[in-house]
Amino acid sequence: MKPSALPRIALRDQHGRDWTPPSGRDALLCFVHDGCPTCDLTLPILERLYRHFGGALDIAAIGQEAAGNAALLKRHRLTLPMLDDSALKLSFAAEIEIVPTVILAAADGTIVRRFEGFDRGDWRDLVAHLVVRTAVAAPEIDWDEFPETRPGCGSRSVEPEIAERLAAEAAGRRMGARRIALGAAQDPFEFMFEQGLTDGLPVIPPTPERVAAMLAGTRRDPLEVVAIVPPNLAPATVEKVAANAVMAGCRPEYLPVVLAALEAACTDSFNAHGIMATTAGATPIMVVNGPIRRRLGMNMGMQALGSGFRPNATIGRALKLALRNIGGARPGEIERSTLGAAGKFTMCVAEWEERSPWEPLHVERGFARGESVVTLFGLEAGSHQMSDHTARTARALGGSLGAFLAAATHPRAYRLGEVLLVISPEHADTFARDKWSKAQIRERILEVSARRARDLLPGPEIGEGMSPAMLGLGASPGAAELDALVMKFRKPENIAMIVAGGEAGKFTAVFGGWFGGPAGSMSVSRRIEEVP
Amino acid sequence: MSAFEIVDPTAELAPVRRTLARRPAALRGRVALLDIRKPRGDVLLDRLAARLAERLPGVEVKRFSKPTFAKPAPEDLRKRIAEESDCVIEALAD
Repeated sequence: MKPSALPRIALRDQHGRDWTPPSGRDALLCFVHDGCPTCDLTLPILERLYRHFGGALDIAAIGQEAAGNAALLKRHRLTLPMLDDSALKLSFAAEIEIVPTVILAAADGTIVRRFEGFDRGDWRDLVAHLVVRTAVAAPEIDWDEFPETRPGCGSRSVEPEIAERLAAEAAGRRMGARRIALGAAQDPFEFMFEQGLTDGLPVIPPTPERVAAMLAGTRRDPLEVVAIVPPNLAPATVEKVAANAVMAGCRPEYLPVVLAALEAACTDSFNAHGIMATTAGATPIMVVNGPIRRRLGMNMGMQALGSGFRPNATIGRALKLALRNIGGARPGEIERSTLGAAGKFTMCVAEWEERSPWEPLHVERGFARGESVVTLFGLEAGSHQMSDHTARTARALGGSLGAFLAAATHPRAYRLGEVLLVISPEHADTFARDKWSKAQIRERILEVSARRARDLLPGPEIGEGMSPAMLGLGASPGAAELDALVMKFRKPENIAMIVAGGEAGKFTAVFGGWFGGPAGSMSVSRRIEEVP
Repeated sequence: MSAFEIVDPTAELAPVRRTLARRPAALRGRVALLDIRKPRGDVLLDRLAARLAERLPGVEVKRFSKPTFAKPAPEDLRKRIAEESDCVIEALAD
């Protein structure tokens, strides 16, 4: 929305006089620059009005370039004040996009009229209005000498590079991060590597212009602290997150997702310190729900967990870079995964809600369908893919999932915390045909994956297992105790499910759990700021 | 082109250098045994406590444990250990 009042900025006229329009009375201003034929058409009218109404109100041209201003004064033999806005401060603040732009402001600065380009009707209306406003008789102008309409030209304040510089200057007044100047011979991309700021792939250098542009993606103040980021417990301002989002390759409209994800990551429930530090190779797995998926053009179909899609790839990467650069979770230091996985670079999946027979994840968690929500799971950084092209019933497919999940973490690792299933559309269809709810699928998984306690004990042939204490067995358990069934997951609802992926192919991807539960990590959902 | 500048994307924390606490020449006074709750850490600490009682009867052994190995030690636990002991032996395990 354009400003409703004229920003108060002092400018100098051709006689060296500084003044700030409006100077205690109404002001009629016209933004111009040399080289714009429509400005050449307009300036003689403005001069005519200056000579006629000049005693009753301020009338001035605002020129956008010093040499051009002088040329315009000479060419049109102007006597009206030409205010020098070659710094474009007023043009930027008044959001001038086209020259000429004509603004009539009341003495208190309120803008009463504003029009762009040349339109004879606009001018006639304006003159009629000035007659009423000033009680000065109408000047004699032969409007038939003028064309009906002429389009204006682009304002210098919206030219590429200039616009970015102006935005950075404006945002810079609200930005607080340290600036790092590079030497003339330094390659900015190499510099980012040398400073240890990247995940091993190149990043976009976060120049003040780019960070200012990124900040336009949120209404939050650049200096607002979003979260205290583990492991270093360092405060992350919106500006710092924006810098990392620039580096990751995000567009400004992605920023609210990154901010919400970082908030979710920096909760005690999610336990980002544990997730980043564990030898087990866990990482934040991000699920996005709600209308923002469509607005950002997120991929939910083919290659839903893979490469090739900017919003998915860069949003997930921005969170990881923020944890690294702000929180200090660097591989080899606090990030100590034994093996890691590709998902450590980025992992952000959007649920294909429209293709799912069930309520989407965020609705299951109490949000409205129309809200945009990000959910973070602390799970293995790579997914395992179950293939079942044979099951024709929900029961058979649920059975397959149970058999597959029985091996999650280790076939003898039981009573696990959370796990995330990414169910492909064809598998979702198989469940939908039999009208199975998620609850039924969970029940079937637990039924098929349940094992007798005796089959979960460690042994010399297959080493790993649950100790008798972990299984709650006494010192000398009897047959009944050893035959009791143990569930793979502590709670059915810990089996989270979303639908995503290509229309062809009967696969479900499983993100195995880390150390789930209140003592480890629990998934956290956060609403995403809506920025229209 | 004007000088190239970037916005510092880090927390701008000067590297925090901490000096290690001085290691005691001998074990005496109050010794804390901290179990971080990794499997079998308690086994190691039980053995250590028995040996300490046997060989250094003057040492007062105090046992502490973190609520979970997966999260940093809570602030109040760290404070209590610092107040109630002169040195700490921590068992990592698996």
